[in-house]
Amino acid sequence: MVKQFVSLEWKAFFRSPAFGTNLALKILMVFGALMMVLYLGGAGVGLYFILEKADLEPFSTVNTFVIYYIVGDLIIRYMGQKMPVVNIKPLLLLPFKKTKIVKFALGKTVLAFWNWMHAFFFIPFSIVLLAKGFNPLGVIAWHVAMFCFIYANNFINVFLNDKLWLVLSVGALFAALGFAQYYGYFDITAFTQPFFQGLYEYMWPVIFPIALLVTVATVAFKYFLARLYLDAGLAKKVSEASGGDLGWLDRFGKQSTFLKNDIRLIMRNKRSKTTVFMSVMFLFYGLLFFTGAVEVYDGPFWKMFAAVFVSGGFLFSFGQFVPSWDSAYYPLMMTQNIAYKDYLKSKWLLVVIATFFSAILCIPYIYFGWDILIAVLVGAIFNMGINAHLVLLGGAYIKTPIDLQSGKKAFGDKSSFNLKTLLVSLPKMLGPMALYAIGHFTVGPTLGYALVAIVGLIGFAFRDKVFDQIIKIYKTEKYKTLAAYKQTK
Amino acid sequence: MITVHNLSKSYNGVTVLNLEGFEIPRGQSFGLVGNNGAGKTTLFSCLLDLIQPSTGYIENGGVKVNESEDWKIHTASFIDESFLIGYLTPEEYFYFIGDLRGENKADVDALLATFEDFFNDEIIGKRKYLRDLSKGNQKKVGIVATLIGSPDVIILDEPFANLDPTTQIRLKGIIKKMASDREVTVLVSSHDLQHVTEVCERIVVLEKGTLVKDIMTSPATLKDLEAYFAGNEVVVE
Repeated sequence: MVKQFVSLEWKAFFRSPAFGTNLALKILMVFGALMMVLYLGGAGVGLYFILEKADLEPFSTVNTFVIYYIVGDLIIRYMGQKMPVVNIKPLLLLPFKKTKIVKFALGKTVLAFWNWMHAFFFIPFSIVLLAKGFNPLGVIAWHVAMFCFIYANNFINVFLNDKLWLVLSVGALFAALGFAQYYGYFDITAFTQPFFQGLYEYMWPVIFPIALLVTVATVAFKYFLARLYLDAGLAKKVSEASGGDLGWLDRFGKQSTFLKNDIRLIMRNKRSKTTVFMSVMFLFYGLLFFTGAVEVYDGPFWKMFAAVFVSGGFLFSFGQFVPSWDSAYYPLMMTQNIAYKDYLKSKWLLVVIATFFSAILCIPYIYFGWDILIAVLVGAIFNMGINAHLVLLGGAYIKTPIDLQSGKKAFGDKSSFNLKTLLVSLPKMLGPMALYAIGHFTVGPTLGYALVAIVGLIGFAFRDKVFDQIIKIYKTEKYKTLAAYKQTK
Repeated sequence: MITVHNLSKSYNGVTVLNLEGFEIPRGQSFGLVGNNGAGKTTLFSCLLDLIQPSTGYIENGGVKVNESEDWKIHTASFIDESFLIGYLTPEEYFYFIGDLRGENKADVDALLATFEDFFNDEIIGKRKYLRDLSKGNQKKVGIVATLIGSPDVIILDEPFANLDPTTQIRLKGIIKKMASDREVTVLVSSHDLQHVTEVCERIVVLEKGTLVKDIMTSPATLKDLEAYFAGNEVVVE
């Protein structure tokens, strides 16, 4: 039986559409995991010596702060670790006991990276302790206790799912406790430190974490088992519609029909929310350049590169996938009496407005000098004048359907990188850099900025020409696009 | 209203649709029946210019659908859930379609009011997204949306599937009413012979992409069709 389960999981993993198309994300995840391992392993080996150097008693200091480590782990898990509910539905009707399904699902969580990554910290740290002459039995008791806590977190996370308020209040509580400790009002670790220290010194208290682990594992098991019904734990979440009728958008005339839709699309779907989040992250991208944190980026035209990026986050991450955002109902769009021009204009408007607001949010960059702010603002003009339609032109060639309800893939699809999109993308970055460089090296930075801004402004005049071109592409590629969007799920 | 000319569609050398041609006059209620793979949806997709025919063409309201887009103004259709926008509420969806068809909110509301019974109080004012509605309710929304803006041609693929008995009966009433309007041409495909003979004046049977029967509905039609689809079924004594 277990063999069948394992083979199911194997197939689910390798045959999932994400596996093939999502190479970039996979690499990113593996890279992230490796970094995690490196950090934790480095901390495991080095922490003892670092604390020793700082004139702290290493082991008891670790025992002071380990409570925050454990609670932090729980909160991070809540945000990242998924409940293993997938693939369970079809198993419900097959002739084996439900307990077996639950055991398997919970067993799967035990193997998760979320648990064993901590080994990279605790194992080296324990070895260092032994090497330093700590009592081996005590160290083992402490070590076992730590793993009981980590695994207790794992099971708590199972029944914590969907109890956001609880997690938030625990998080807030511990943030407050940390704050209180820092300013010396109240020190929770005065109570917890002796307990963790006692695990080593007396050893017998290790039965508490073990008992805790057994209890939460049992509770998780029962919780899961009781919820193995379609209308309980396996139910699809139904969300209540939010947002008003957006009547204020009517002032945009014909485009308002689509603008309303786009805003609802962005607000109500996971994938698009991730995109907005990423474009906010882009706002901070400039810090890498303007602070001089990354030396490679110190050349004068790199400033322009960063300037285009900071205000263009939404433009690039949203605009790139027009019309794929509408892929789920593309047949509807193609049979309704839609003027392509209005459709495109509304997307363009959205991208331009977002760029405009990004530019306003970038004003604090003035901290790094007028020079930087001007770079950011001319970058925004270039984005609005040139890049806004170039990005839509590039999107016309992308035929990757978007699953709005899944948060993954926001980092990019393999299939979205094709030669045509690359060719359209190049001028978006290289254009302003080259223009600036020309001005910078002939007359000075002022001409550089002026050139970028002027070309951006001229770009507005060509908008309708580019739109006609995009509409032509939409029309000639219509059947291919329809067929491509069909191949999902 | 609609004319099919030498239409064929093949994928990798396999012909899935091959029709010499026929005409659907304005105001006719037209039923399309056939087993799975007979080419019903392919025909509707060609008619809506969602796929390109291998040969031939279809004219809708005097324009070739693959050359001009003017047919979109007077044609409404509901084929499957890809005609719905999942993250909208039913009302928002109706207003969106209304906007595209030049109807204001009041027009749409007036139309929706006449479907109160049909919606059975499960659709309007529930603040639920379309993606969270049951299959049957999604279908109701899709069907009613085709009526917005009084189109001349209405195309419905399998409208009776997934609907409860009461709704099926009500839907038959709706289609019959549309069909009685001599200006509106209704095209319906169905697996349910009884429903389709009840609501359609004319029935075309497809089999493996070819037209095998083209009959005007009469009291004997249902028997005829049943006999045809039973084929050489083993008779149980």
